[in-house]
Amino acid sequence: MSMGSDMYRQQILDHYRNPRNHGELGDPTFSHEGYNPSCGDELEFDVVLEDDGETIERVAFRGEGCAISQASASMLSQELPGMTLDEVADLDRDDVLELLGVEVTPMRIKCAVLAEKVVQDGARIYEGEADVDQTTTED
Amino acid sequence: MKASEQAPLDVEAIREDFPILEREVADGKGLVYLDNAATAQTPDQVVDVIADYYRTYNANVHRGIHQLSQEASVAYEDAHDRVAEFVGADGREEMVFTKNTTESENLVAGAWGLNELGPGDEVVLTEMEHHASLVTWQQVAKRTGAEVKYIPVDEDGYLDMDAAAELITDDTQLVNAVHVSNTLGTVNPVADLADLAHDHDALFFVDGAQAAPTRPVDVEAMDADFYAFSGHKMLGPTGIGCLYGKRHLLEEMEPHLYGGMMINRVTFEESTWADLPWKYEAGTPVIAQGIALAAAVDYLDDVGMERIQAHEEHLTEYAYEQLDADDVDILGPPGDDRGAVVSFNVDGIHAHDLSTILNDHGVAIRAGDHCTQPLHQKLGIPASTRASFYLYNTKEEVDALVEGVEAAREIFH
Repeated sequence: MSMGSDMYRQQILDHYRNPRNHGELGDPTFSHEGYNPSCGDELEFDVVLEDDGETIERVAFRGEGCAISQASASMLSQELPGMTLDEVADLDRDDVLELLGVEVTPMRIKCAVLAEKVVQDGARIYEGEADVDQTTTED
Repeated sequence: MKASEQAPLDVEAIREDFPILEREVADGKGLVYLDNAATAQTPDQVVDVIADYYRTYNANVHRGIHQLSQEASVAYEDAHDRVAEFVGADGREEMVFTKNTTESENLVAGAWGLNELGPGDEVVLTEMEHHASLVTWQQVAKRTGAEVKYIPVDEDGYLDMDAAAELITDDTQLVNAVHVSNTLGTVNPVADLADLAHDHDALFFVDGAQAAPTRPVDVEAMDADFYAFSGHKMLGPTGIGCLYGKRHLLEEMEPHLYGGMMINRVTFEESTWADLPWKYEAGTPVIAQGIALAAAVDYLDDVGMERIQAHEEHLTEYAYEQLDADDVDILGPPGDDRGAVVSFNVDGIHAHDLSTILNDHGVAIRAGDHCTQPLHQKLGIPASTRASFYLYNTKEEVDALVEGVEAAREIFH
């Protein structure tokens, strides 16, 4: 099996079929959505912060799209609780790819990083540092 | 003679003109190129014409008196005649070279739409329009106060022509429709749409991006006022598109871009425009691309457009039959009534995941919304996988596609 199909290891397919933290949170501190215009992947994250206003307590997400986009959202949702918004802002593409644990082909990077960008933009909007309606992977 | 009665193509001989089809991809798999609706491959005969231009007579056109400029000018002007002939236009005056179909749409939008439309006017499109026309007329409507309306697509992927007859009224100034849908494969009844438009004195603009490469086109027979298409989808290079326009319309319209070759006489106070078609080709034009497109058209005519159409119909029907399964949703009309495009979804496998796995099998297809987002929204799907065929494709390549789909099922199901 060559590089592309190798992206679909059991772990990815498991998260795709059984996404963790899937759904909505009743009273989120902030919510944000984004999409990947080239293929229609969509994700929306709800985030609840702890009383300190900067540490993530809980997250939930919903959306539809390819296995890579949805699995990366599921995996990221497990990592976020306990992280501060500053730590979220410091996440980069390599962190996400490491989380996925597979080599992602160049054309699919956008699918992989959508979840990370949605959460980061949501946090920046919450902190008054950004003003975007929807995050896209095209900018 | 009907397309289906044509003698079959010698595909093996044709493939020898396209060395790229011999290359390997994805760790040694043979390339199976089924993304022709996005762009077609280019035969050696066309590549040679491009190289010959740059190696032996590269010069700007219509400026120099020197020999190279004369050679380039004659070849470039003749190319207009050749491409005009290919689609049944009446000479170079009716054939404007642009960058692509999208620019051809924008040319008419700018040169005609922004000047002629106003509040109360309507532009009628179809729900299966490509973004090139859909977005363009939306923008013209915003600026002029005109309104855009859409002819609905029925559940089989055909235009609702009864609705079209209702939608097209005396308020309609222009009807814009794709000849062949790049997503559904639907072949639209362009002559009927032209009649509807002309019954109400509206203009009829045809987006021929998917049709001109794959079937005989006669702009006069269908009575199109404008017909747009792209060179790179019909064996030519990228960077050249075409706009056929009826001569009297191109004469009446004002230019869209100014400068360079589109000028006749200029004073500090005012200017007059060059003759057709140069009036619409400002600046240094697409010289090498235009000359090469004429060579591509020669190639297509040598093979025979009826035979190309028949070959594609056979392949498309075969692909439809082979892909058809309980877990597969094929968009658009039945397999024996469509252009060389088969868009589909497999249950539980996103188009991009399927595309990635097909790539591992050497199969190149398109995944996404194919620049028809509103149509995908109407169909309730975020994306689709599209296989599209051309004269060099074979049944064995369709089989490779089907094997790739089966491999994806094994991974995902």
